[in-house]
Order: sequence, then C-alpha cells, then structure tokens
Amino acid sequence: MSWSAHDYDDIPGTYVFNGRRSTTGYPLNRMCMSFNSAENRDAFVRDEDAYCTKFRLTREQRDAVRERDVLRLVKLGGNIYYLAKLAGIFGLNVQDIGAQQTGKSLDEFRAMLVAAGE
Amino acid sequence: MATIVGGITTSHIPAIGNAIANGKQDDPYWRPFFEGYRPVRAWLDAVKPDVAVVVYNDHGLNFFLDQIPTFAIGAASEYANSDEGWGLDVLPPVCGNPALSWHVIESLMADEFDVTMCQQMTVDHGVMVPMSLLWPGGAWPLSIVPLEVNTVQHPLPSPARCYKLGKALGRAIRSYPDPLKVVVVGTGGMSHQLQGERAGFINKPFDLMFMTTIASDPEALARYSIGDLVEAAGSEGVELIMWLVMRGALGDRVSTIHSHYHIPVSSTGAGVLVLENAA
Repeated sequence: MSWSAHDYDDIPGTYVFNGRRSTTGYPLNRMCMSFNSAENRDAFVRDEDAYCTKFRLTREQRDAVRERDVLRLVKLGGNIYYLAKLAGIFGLNVQDIGAQQTGKSLDEFRAMLVAAGE
Repeated sequence: MATIVGGITTSHIPAIGNAIANGKQDDPYWRPFFEGYRPVRAWLDAVKPDVAVVVYNDHGLNFFLDQIPTFAIGAASEYANSDEGWGLDVLPPVCGNPALSWHVIESLMADEFDVTMCQQMTVDHGVMVPMSLLWPGGAWPLSIVPLEVNTVQHPLPSPARCYKLGKALGRAIRSYPDPLKVVVVGTGGMSHQLQGERAGFINKPFDLMFMTTIASDPEALARYSIGDLVEAAGSEGVELIMWLVMRGALGDRVSTIHSHYHIPVSSTGAGVLVLENAA
C-alpha cells in the first residue's frame, strides 16, 4: 500500500490530519467523538480500558490513553480537535496539552505564547 | 433585493466562550482582547443586519469523520448548540432563515458549488463564540445561515476555492428578492497550532500581513496552497481559509472600518476585522 506525498509532509513537529492518519486513528477519534455525551464520559472514567476496548483501539493507542500521552496519540492518528474531548476528561486544556507535547512546563509554554506577541 | 452590509472576521477560540461565561471580560488577561470588539458592536448597532451568514468549521459536534462534507449549508429554522465534551456552556439556539438558505443553496449549485444541505444541524463554538462576541447577552437579535467548511480532514478546499465560493455566495445573497441586510462573518484562526512538537506556534508578522492583505489584495492570499498555510499559520491556522470566503462575498474594493489583533488568546493569535464595500 503506498500513500501520496504532500507539500506539508516535512514541516517539523506537524502531523497534518490526512487520510493516512485518519485511517489509523479512526477508532480512537470515534471514541473521542462519543465523549460529547456526559453519560459516555462517565462510562470511560468508570473503566477506561474496557471503554477503549469497546471502541477497538489498538494496544498502542490504549497504552497512550493510559499514559495521557497526547503527542503519541497524535502520532497514532488522533485528531487534536477530537483528542481535546479526551483531554477535557483529564482536566487538561489546549495550553496543558501544548506544554505536554513540547516538553515544556505550563509556565514556560505560556511564556512562549506571550513572547510571540512581542 | 438583499444587500451585503459588510463582512466581519473573528477568531472563534473556545476559551473566549469560557471567559464570557465566567464574566472575565475585564480581567487583565482578557481586557485587551474584548476591547477590540467594542467598535465592532458599535458598527453592528448602526447597520443592524437582519441575517448573518456565519462561515465556520465544525470541530466534531455535528459532523464526524465517517462523513465529512467539504462545504455544508444549514437550511433549518433553528440551530441548537450542544455539549462538545469539554465543558463549554450550552447556549440558546439561534434562529435560521430557511427561505434564504435554500435560495443560497440553489444559487451556489447553479454556480457549480455542490454543497451539502442540512435541515438539522447542531452548531459548535465555531458559531457560538462569534455570536457571543458580536451579540452578547444570549438573546440573538438576528437569524443566521451557517456555512460549514471542512478544515479538519485533509484534503481541505484550497484558499482559491474558498475565495471563489465567497464570490458565489455574494452573488447568491445579492440576488435574494427580499430587502434583507446581510452581514457575512468569516470565523477561525488566526495562526495557531494545537498538535505536535510545534504546538504553540503563532506567527504575528504573518497574521498582521494577512489582515491588511485580505482587504487590499485577497487574490494574493488565494494563491497560497494549504501546505503554505499550514507552514505559515500552523496546522489549525488553516482555518483562515474561511476568512477568504467572507472576503469573496464582498466587492473587489473594500474599506477597513475596524482592525484589532491580540496575542495570545489561549494558544492563538486573535484577529477581528470589519470590512465594508468601498463606495
């Protein structure tokens, strides 16, 4: 199976959500979509791994969910808008997951954002 | 006949919705951002549009990856907001205008834009945050036609295609027989990236260039590829293609009534513009 190349493929630290990534990430993103319902969020919290299994996440995806490893979830086909719903269950907002993915503390990440305006 | 009274561009960052819900408009962090909307509301108070065509992208509320339309238009009499999963308050529904929606759909189809037609459509923060910024208080004083653009699942429509859609949208609105005053709102952006090791990327020089060039020379921006935009504005900054839809609906020459830019809001460069057709 071969996948087409794109002009955005070599942008560092960037995982453009194309068909290839969406194919890998479909079960994960489908699970995240289910979190639009409070009942489903509660069911996930009650038994995370059973919930992941129900949505047929791969072992790697389940491990990354367990480890709250957003960067790995992105690399495993998670779309960031959908992953935000999962992160929300863990009490993480987009600044928290930005800090996590860049290996910065939250304060360092916020300082970087502020510096972008100077 | 309907007239286009002008165009607005605005970011639709969810954190803004939370700030409004928590009454933080005068906090030191938020004040410089919210101040930028005061002149926009003054302009809206003066022109009093009857309808807003809101160009936005769904972030996983109404559409899932099982079926993603490139362009989708609401044709409902009401658009409900709903739980997006991470704690934004659910806001009151917004009225639609089915007759205008169907006119726009028919005109766009005749113009070779094969849009998806939605008689039931929940709208997420992409619509609700701009509504709350432009018409605060939750009692929406006008109806909307939501125009959804896929900015989630690549391949996305090119900037040139979005600009042409805007031109067709402008022709559609101007050919509607009722004397409605219509404002076109392009939402999203500006530069931001939420994913990968490049998360937190904001490009102020690019954003400022985009805000002036969209008024003076939109065709220059329409020549960007999606890859160019991802590089310059970040993977989620590609939402700026929706600003080009708004711009296309206006005439070739516009006046900038108001322009304001602020960094950061959450992880994003936030820009707001009011444009009118030049006399």
